[in-house]
Amino acid sequence: MSETSAASKNTDARRNEAVLLPPVDVIEDPSGITLYADMPGVPKDKLELEVEGDTLTIGGTVALTVPQGMEASHAEVSLPGYRRVFTLSKELDADKVSAEFNHGVLRLHIPRAEHAKPRRIAVQVD
Amino acid sequence: MVLALVALTTRFGGADMYRTLFPRDLFAELDRLQREMQQAFEFSPSIRGLGRGGYPALNVGGTPQTVEIYAFAPGLDPGAIEVGLDRGVLTIAGERKAKLPAEREKATVHINERFAGRFRRVVSLPDDIDPDAVSADYRDGVLHVSIKRRESATPRRISVE
Repeated sequence: MSETSAASKNTDARRNEAVLLPPVDVIEDPSGITLYADMPGVPKDKLELEVEGDTLTIGGTVALTVPQGMEASHAEVSLPGYRRVFTLSKELDADKVSAEFNHGVLRLHIPRAEHAKPRRIAVQVD
Repeated sequence: MVLALVALTTRFGGADMYRTLFPRDLFAELDRLQREMQQAFEFSPSIRGLGRGGYPALNVGGTPQTVEIYAFAPGLDPGAIEVGLDRGVLTIAGERKAKLPAEREKATVHINERFAGRFRRVVSLPDDIDPDAVSADYRDGVLHVSIKRRESATPRRISVE
């Protein structure tokens, strides 16, 4: 799994708007790859996950309940959404991605395709 | 890019090479590069340099009646977030446990960017807040603290007789 820059792959105007890059953890074990991404402020229905060919896009739109007439005096999160793009490798089974989203943390599991699972090869000694 | 440049100077070492390779002040150039990279990657970096890497990120705003603080703190147990208000200073503290596998497990960590560990952030509040009228909720990984301002402090129009 490697990262590609969103700008070089997508010409779509929507994807060129400024977004935050969510911090991620990517862990690989024999069963596949697990990705955690921090996207606080994104409700479940504004989360966007997309697998297109070998490209995985995670993103979402921030929706905060802000009282009417609020003026911001200090903002560290000043963009309305998140987006990050990854390239999946051949041995991953993109059809079987499972996702959970809890308290602003996305957990994605991409299993390894059956044929690519590590096998132990018995060595015969005469 | 910055790292590559530094490696180049150490490799060539000698002062003469240094001058021909880098006719201008190297450190000023590096500084400029770093600033440019920052501009390119961060849409509008905060003056305190906390745009990225600070956990939780804070947004502060206000209305004439309230002060609103938003802490972007994903992945916490709502019951374990410590929010305290003492003499006009709001403290948000807690701990986020790492989800990375233990070393002996057969797993490889490819990217590790998410914050783990104890955190503490402090906001000093304006003088006119009412310390007894504070409410806090945690939704979608954002802690929202709303503090009312004292009645007397809301601006009034004074009629002139």
